[in-house]
Amino acid sequence: MASNAQTTSDTVNAPLVVGEDRNVLRILWHVLRRYPVLPSFIVAILVIAAVFAPWLAQHDPLVGKLKDQDRPPIWQESSPISGKEPLWDYPLGTDPLGRDMLSRIIWGARYSMMIASVVLISGAVGGTILGLIAGYFGGIYDEILMRMVDLTLGVPFILVALATVVVFGSSMVLIISLLILFSWSGFARQIRAETLRLKASDYVALAVVAGATSRRIISKHVLPGVVNTVLVIASLNIGQLILTEATLSFLGVGIPKPRPAWGSMVAEGRDYIDTSYWMALFPGLAIFAVVFAMNFLGDWIRDRLDPRLRQL
Amino acid sequence: MKKLLIRRLLAAIVVLLLASILVFALSRMSGDPRHLFLSEYTTDEQWEQWGRDFGLDKPYHEQYFRWLSGAVLLDFDISVKEQIPATTVVLRKIPNTLQLAAGAYVFALLVGIPLGIFSSILRGTFLDLFARGFALLGQAMPGFWLGIMLILIFAVWLGWVPAGGKDDLRSLILPSITLGWFAAAALLRLTRSAMLEILDSEFVKLARAKGASQWTVIIKHAFRNAIIVPLTFAGIFLSALLTGAVVTETVFGWPGLGRLALQSVFGTDFPVISAIVMFATAGYLAMNLFVDILYGVLDPRIRQS
Repeated sequence: MASNAQTTSDTVNAPLVVGEDRNVLRILWHVLRRYPVLPSFIVAILVIAAVFAPWLAQHDPLVGKLKDQDRPPIWQESSPISGKEPLWDYPLGTDPLGRDMLSRIIWGARYSMMIASVVLISGAVGGTILGLIAGYFGGIYDEILMRMVDLTLGVPFILVALATVVVFGSSMVLIISLLILFSWSGFARQIRAETLRLKASDYVALAVVAGATSRRIISKHVLPGVVNTVLVIASLNIGQLILTEATLSFLGVGIPKPRPAWGSMVAEGRDYIDTSYWMALFPGLAIFAVVFAMNFLGDWIRDRLDPRLRQL
Repeated sequence: MKKLLIRRLLAAIVVLLLASILVFALSRMSGDPRHLFLSEYTTDEQWEQWGRDFGLDKPYHEQYFRWLSGAVLLDFDISVKEQIPATTVVLRKIPNTLQLAAGAYVFALLVGIPLGIFSSILRGTFLDLFARGFALLGQAMPGFWLGIMLILIFAVWLGWVPAGGKDDLRSLILPSITLGWFAAAALLRLTRSAMLEILDSEFVKLARAKGASQWTVIIKHAFRNAIIVPLTFAGIFLSALLTGAVVTETVFGWPGLGRLALQSVFGTDFPVISAIVMFATAGYLAMNLFVDILYGVLDPRIRQS
């Protein structure tokens, strides 16, 4: 009887343990599905790399060592061209100038983040102000703004950016200005539409009746209503922005050399693709991972803050 | 509808004019065009004569109108590099790029539509997860990097296809995938959301209620209404084509419009750049107008508004 009770409690206990196990897995699955754990992790790494690049990078990103040219990544036996062995000092290998790939990628994160944040903030502020003005005052302001938006959407941006850089010469200021010109229109268009909607609402009409100035209505009554939209568009645009900057750098008109930019690193690697594949692989993976994480987070933030913007 | 179209047409013309000012300003800011056309051995007399012949002694706005009246007749002056009309240089490259675009669009259709449909029908399953993962990854992949990785795997390591250039049909495969990847991901997302919406609609519920089989519902009722997505997507695809073509053709050495654009920029061949930018802008605007009209034709509700 006693043994019988033992078995019963065993059989009762056994599924319970399994059940707890499944619960842990289920909670884990639930958390993974509900919260963007992996994308947040990628972005965290990116931000840490960008902020602490001078301390994290073990080697100078610009100056290489002659004796360490063309080291393969650590898991490869030897370089197919020079026969050199990998070193733990260079976990992702080196380029033909003997520069550490990992250090260059870490510094690349710094430049990529710097440009993305400056451009995004300027584009968001500028686009929002223009969108508010056009939406609230309408008429000729609206007409001018919408034609400018059409222009930035209609003209092939990459080509105009290329031509501008060739005419004025490559510089950090120019590339940032060009990207701002590229990024403001998305904000302006959506904020204009939102402003039109809010302008028709009763509380704005009441504010007008109460004698509030246009400036006060825009800043106190309309602006707070569009802040969420601005945040959503910014988070949705950042991935595309990083991708565009990388594309310009790849084509040779982005972040001026010799600064390590992920796009131009892939371009350098293209010439060595048959011998040193790691030169193109890792910087590209970095772009890919970051843009993926940003897009994912953007979708997530949109669903949280403003699901109406799903069509964006 | 007619009034709306006329308004849109006028707006498009304004945008084209703005684009032409932009292009003209850029080309003049790059310096006196005589530096490009004349060698350093020309005499001052020839220099002046050339300037008079081409109106360079006139003020900028007159030069602009001279340039514009040429551009309206598709005359963008002579290409600096090739010494033949820039329009001819551009038109010669268009078939190659269209060939690439067709390949990319076919790839996008073959991947995006079936995956989009299946992931909407089998919502929440592993296939749906895979399809949505593909869409997210596809939209994050830098085109230039994808192209280089495809070359590494299929040309360098496996040796199945050539790494670049334009010979036979095999050389079209990798560039098409590279150019079409982003479009495939976008098309997948669009198809999936359109299908989900339609599968949830009243007429599909009615079809189910009267006992139609799952496949009849999907093919006859849902898909026929979702097919409008790839049609309108063609417009978006074509308007984003040039940017993608610049990157893809550069990576694969494909002799099309994109590579010509890049070469012209670095060779400061402004007649050719102007022609490409104006053609691309006009193409984009025409495409948008066409899609507007198409919407009107396909959806009577829009026609009346």
